[in-house]
Amino acid sequence: MAYTEKVIAHFEQPRNVGSFEAEEMNVGTGVVGAPECGDVMKLQLKINPQTEVIEDAKFKTFGCGSAIASSSYVTELVKGKTVAEAFEIKNTQIVAELSLPPVKIHCSVLAEDAIKAAVADWRDQGSTKKDAA
Amino acid sequence: MERDPIYMDNQATTPVDPRVIEAMVPFLGEIYGNAASRNHAFGWAAEEAVDRGRSQIAGLVGARPKEIIFTSGATESDNLAIKGVAEFYADKGNHIITAVTEHKAVLDTCQALERANLAEVTYLPVDQYGRVDVDDVKKAIQDNTVLISLMYANNEIGTLHPVRAIGKLAKERGILFHCDATQGVGKVPVNVDEDGIDLMSMSAHKIYGPKGCGALYVRSRGPRVRLRAQVHGGGHERGMRSGTLNVAGIVGFGKACELCGQELEAEAGRLISLRQRLHDGLTENLEEVYLNGHPTERIPGNLNLSFSYVEGESFLMGLNREIALSSGSACTSATLEPSYVLKALGVGEELAHTSIRFGLGRFNTEEDVDYVIRRVSEVVVRLREMSPLYEMAKEGIDLKSVQWKT
Repeated sequence: MAYTEKVIAHFEQPRNVGSFEAEEMNVGTGVVGAPECGDVMKLQLKINPQTEVIEDAKFKTFGCGSAIASSSYVTELVKGKTVAEAFEIKNTQIVAELSLPPVKIHCSVLAEDAIKAAVADWRDQGSTKKDAA
Repeated sequence: MERDPIYMDNQATTPVDPRVIEAMVPFLGEIYGNAASRNHAFGWAAEEAVDRGRSQIAGLVGARPKEIIFTSGATESDNLAIKGVAEFYADKGNHIITAVTEHKAVLDTCQALERANLAEVTYLPVDQYGRVDVDDVKKAIQDNTVLISLMYANNEIGTLHPVRAIGKLAKERGILFHCDATQGVGKVPVNVDEDGIDLMSMSAHKIYGPKGCGALYVRSRGPRVRLRAQVHGGGHERGMRSGTLNVAGIVGFGKACELCGQELEAEAGRLISLRQRLHDGLTENLEEVYLNGHPTERIPGNLNLSFSYVEGESFLMGLNREIALSSGSACTSATLEPSYVLKALGVGEELAHTSIRFGLGRFNTEEDVDYVIRRVSEVVVRLREMSPLYEMAKEGIDLKSVQWKT
């Protein structure tokens, strides 16, 4: 299978690989996929609680080149967006940017799911942390 | 420094040996006769070349030359053997025994016969190394069993079946034994008489010969095996497979067999030591690398490893400009399912996705192996740094206990 240039570029120089420190505040973490399916994405969003702007994003992905490229692209895409805007991101946008072939569309779906899971986690934490404080 | 890519996928195909090319060239040019033309010198020259090829092939596997039936490759040979026997011996019975790890050319052929109600098929399980148990074969035999079809060596994991014991059993019970020996011939000593094989599929391109040329060995005595032809026409190949012979291909196939026969022992020893060097080097550099298949009962050139936490396609993508390998990961298969062979061994799907097949061959050197060890180690380290599973495992999380959101 031949890869598109953008997939190769993200795969070879992935943007924002890593994890935030455990003690870092205002970080939402989404983990989607399963090892037996061959794809697991972890997306972390650092969100300003006042403005709800995503100030930073990091990812780690177990999966094919397109899954790694999709998550790398998503970290770039969400930075600077508000949570509400990020929630609007559709997998088709990822497919278009990376020119993913039909067999790789599930990678983009997983990346979209990862954004939603990370935001949901941040919201959950927000409520528990406020309770604790 | 830029270097030529290393080809280490020799169970997929092999480069044609220059000595084979040299033997073939005249038959792509000045010697162009049809081997079936009996009345002129052009035909005789072609026929003579075909006869020589047939003898060289037969010689490698202990067969008689006339028992070699030329085909387009091992897939066609598997089809001809299984369908040909099932149809010819339909009056005697319709039960076939095979195993779940066979090549698709065997499995799909068996399934086609089942769909057409021409056969009833038992698919035997294999052990953790990919070997069938001879007792399981024995227990699966029925009064109407006409054929046992089991491979010599597996194409993914290289595991060798206990062929000789199966051949002996088949003989005792009067059942024909077909062996897909595509990955075995030329790599390990194969002898149709000693191994008790009645029909055997072979392919030229797995042993440094050309693509598009294969053969089916069909035993002529003790017992004389009969087949229903699948390709009809001019009655070539004793009526078992019509079609003008691929003279250049046969010449190349013959030469390839001759070379394998001469070099088999030394080459097997060399490949086993390269394989050991590769395995040792990778396990010294990397943790959690698991061997798939049998530690010793495997063809010399095959090493199949799972690199935990690194998905196979991304692994190959990290290396594909430099090193050609293959993977059992779903993303590299046409079906988007991880390897059915590894699944049959009981390798978990999560490890099947991380499996890589290293196929060492005649033209790989120690230097290639050292380069592969270094680059594979670098890529695995890089991708593990990027893997959430590796991170979780390092944190002491049991990945099996995690509730995954799919």
